[in-house]
Amino acid sequence: MADEMKIGAYICKGCGIGDRLNADQLASTATRDGKAAICQQHDFLCNEDGVKMIQADIDNEGVNRVVIAACSRRAKTEAFAFENVTLHRANLREGVIWVRPDSDDQQETTQEMADDYIRMACAEAKYSKIPESSGQQGVNKNILIVGGGVGGMTAALEASKAGYPCSIVEKTATLGGATAQLHKVIPTKAPFADPQENPVAALVAAVEADDNITVYLNSRTTNISGAPGRFAADISTESGATQTKEFGAIVQASGFTPYDANKLPEFAYGKNKDVVTQAELEALAIAANGGAIKRPSDGKEVSSVVFVQCAGQRSKKEGHLEHCSGYCCSASIKQAMYFKDQNPDVETTIMYTDLRTPGAGGENFYRSGQKKGVIFTKSVVSEVVDGANPTVKFKDLILNEEAEVEADLVVLATGMVPNSGQPTRAELTIAENEDAASAKAGEEVEIRVDVESILNLDYRQGKDVPHMANGFADSHFICFPYETQRTGIYTAGPTRRPMDAKQAMDDAMGAAMRAIGEAENAGLGRAAHPRSGDLSFPSFRKEGCTQCKRCTVECPFGAINEDEQGYPVYNESRCRRCGTCMGACPVRVISFENYSVDTVGQQLKAVDMPDEFSEKPRILILACENDAYPALDMAAQNKLEYSAFARIIPIRCLGSISLSWITDSMNSGFDGIILMGCPSGDNYQCHFVKGSGTAQERMGKVGDTLQSLSLEQERVQTYEISITDIHKVPQIINDMATTIEQIGMSPFKF
Amino acid sequence: MSSMVEKYRNNFLKEVEANVEEGEWVKMCMQCGVCAGSCPLGKHWDHPPQEIFMMIRAGKRDEVLTSDSMWMCTSCYNCIVRCPRELPITHIMHGLANYAKRLGLAPKAQPTAWFSQVFWDNMMKKGRVNELKLGLSLYFKDGFVSGIKESLKHQKLGMNMMKAKRMSPMELFGGHGVKNAGDLQKIIKKAQEIENARIESYGK
Ligand code: SF4
Ligand code: SF4
Ligand code: SF4
Repeated sequence: MADEMKIGAYICKGCGIGDRLNADQLASTATRDGKAAICQQHDFLCNEDGVKMIQADIDNEGVNRVVIAACSRRAKTEAFAFENVTLHRANLREGVIWVRPDSDDQQETTQEMADDYIRMACAEAKYSKIPESSGQQGVNKNILIVGGGVGGMTAALEASKAGYPCSIVEKTATLGGATAQLHKVIPTKAPFADPQENPVAALVAAVEADDNITVYLNSRTTNISGAPGRFAADISTESGATQTKEFGAIVQASGFTPYDANKLPEFAYGKNKDVVTQAELEALAIAANGGAIKRPSDGKEVSSVVFVQCAGQRSKKEGHLEHCSGYCCSASIKQAMYFKDQNPDVETTIMYTDLRTPGAGGENFYRSGQKKGVIFTKSVVSEVVDGANPTVKFKDLILNEEAEVEADLVVLATGMVPNSGQPTRAELTIAENEDAASAKAGEEVEIRVDVESILNLDYRQGKDVPHMANGFADSHFICFPYETQRTGIYTAGPTRRPMDAKQAMDDAMGAAMRAIGEAENAGLGRAAHPRSGDLSFPSFRKEGCTQCKRCTVECPFGAINEDEQGYPVYNESRCRRCGTCMGACPVRVISFENYSVDTVGQQLKAVDMPDEFSEKPRILILACENDAYPALDMAAQNKLEYSAFARIIPIRCLGSISLSWITDSMNSGFDGIILMGCPSGDNYQCHFVKGSGTAQERMGKVGDTLQSLSLEQERVQTYEISITDIHKVPQIINDMATTIEQIGMSPFKF
Repeated sequence: MSSMVEKYRNNFLKEVEANVEEGEWVKMCMQCGVCAGSCPLGKHWDHPPQEIFMMIRAGKRDEVLTSDSMWMCTSCYNCIVRCPRELPITHIMHGLANYAKRLGLAPKAQPTAWFSQVFWDNMMKKGRVNELKLGLSLYFKDGFVSGIKESLKHQKLGMNMMKAKRMSPMELFGGHGVKNAGDLQKIIKKAQEIENARIESYGK
């Protein structure tokens, strides 16, 4: 925007703001301190008339920076959606009048709060630009689906139905994946009483009949480069023939590998032929084809079978899986029914410690198994003894005694290992540095190839999507399940968490929907979750860049590549607009049009700073817009009061905090600083996955800064805030006010 | 029969299903323990209902049938009301007790079992309970000396009941009954036949 910047400030007097605050004074603050060219007051700014008034100024007066002094930026977003301007909100309702008592003696400090928020919004306006497109974008509706199991096929069918052409890349010679190996599946429909027909044949037929779906069998993705909207994937067949195709987004439904039961010698696996895994029992059931199931050793019809749940699972023992695979209890019930339905006299015992049958029909299926005479014994199996008939030794947890039972066949529920590819560079760095004293985040490590890559991403951060505990592809279970740390690549099915076929199919629908959305978003140059729709994107000033690579390393989403000289190369559509790179950059050359070191730095400088003897300290709060800021808003809705000395600035992520904001605020006389971000670590809630954790590491340096200024360490505090911490946030602010009372005002006032 | 029962096989479970009233419910227990926690007398039982059900599945025939536990049930129905799997637990307890008695395995001198028999025999004679005789047989249950002591303990209560014409000393000699007690006995005999046939047919 070459146009002259023109700030229009609009002060709302509705919702009690006009009664509690002196609007005329706010208006003069906006024009005098905020340099607003136009300032208008309105009794009810968000109504049609108020919105029209603003729009008229935009249209006729050339206002292109709109400052709205009314409610929180999270309220009335539909009303205040103006185009071709930047929008700035001074939060007078949730941020001022709702958190302060309505009494005469508080009037002065409350008004000061409001005046400051007006100054801050105007300062932000002054340093913001209107986001422009990067020119990198283009719509590509093709969706790449890696994996041709029930998940992959469902994703393809769903995306195709929505009008998006799909390519399925399957490494084996057939579609169907693990589910194709099953005799029958766990029921998905009421009354959830009996095993159900295998859905694979129907899915394969549907996929084959769909002109919109191309299937590549015996193939792998050997290289994927680019970004959402412009992924280029090399699809190579076993014979080596390779073709390159372009895609808008990717669904990874690469499934799982059954856990290797050879790691369980205590259960006589490998020693006794009549000890089999669930997968092997499926093969026996398919071979029996509705007749009596025969055991492998001597072909005898099985008359008694024991299922050992959690074999090598939910255990911290070396070589075991720590997780619960989530489907094996229901699978054992189903398999016990294979026997019972054929011959009710077959004795079927399921030895479990905790029976887990997730899904809507799980409990019904369990009950149906009991009705059919499947016996459930709450116990821990310690050993399977080899013999003509294997003998299961166990502890009965109800009767609290050791016991044993002989059976014709023993079935081990061994669980799933996700097919999630290679560790990323960062994961390896962490693993390598775990016990190294000189652990330094971001150190360069060559990737060891002991696991085959699935995606073969041409990203400097690694060939596959990042992982979390137990090797599953990282995703946030509750809030954003399909999102990986690679924008435009969505995981579905057991590659991201343990689940059965039905769940994997449901999952695939979700992932397909996200992939479609991202193909479209990328085409428009808009951000994906959680800043969906955001048009801003980071850019860097090359002259200032020292090629330190901090941004490339710390970007949680692998959005930044490097050119030959080591300068960052941004891939706009991989970027989620978190600002972590901006916070990482030691020379502060990274910025967004509407979010930069200046847009925040100038806000905190705009706060009117009373002198040391005024007894009016100032507390700066940098609050993450995802959870902490909403929590503060909700505290306000609940009329929880906090100190009038607080000045809150919403930030995109704790990871975007520039250390210069801390130094600047200390230098300009703030008495205390509170940083609020989302919980980090294994159970992270950070909407940018690693942003808040990265920030926590960086904040280690703040102590030095304080020391060099001879300031008390208590003046800067970092908190991990969940959206539900409504009662905690005001307390944190008030505690800081008390701390300042104790340690005294900052000596750095003008 | 017990020699045939192998541990952790379904033989005994099947036997229970075939012979015990509501026995086919035993397999439906999911071992949550709500019944055990709900039973007001639970602490006096060797094995709460949950455990009895597991013992049946584990094939512990002797331990179950000779157990005193199911005889402790007072039919308060707490467990039935609370069982998430809707097992008719109270009925199963009585069914098990009944089955054990039929097999002659019920514990000897189990007070509930003993008193139930006395009550039944007493009532069957004349079609009405002779309270005086019933009370006395209860007091003298453990022999003459303790019987005298027990009777003296309740002397005042007895006198008051007599004064209020709630009990007559004459009951000691014959006592009142229903008209045509013989017909009643025929009815009961027929009922017994039907019941026996039903027991025979359990599980068939
Ligand atoms: S750190 Fe955040 S803002 Fe920067 S490039 Fe990566 S995703 Fe985008
Ligand atoms: S409450 Fe019902 S399901 Fe639970 S242990 Fe008792 S009988 Fe079994
Ligand atoms: S009905 Fe019997 S078993 Fe059930 S709670 Fe009452 S006393 Fe216990």
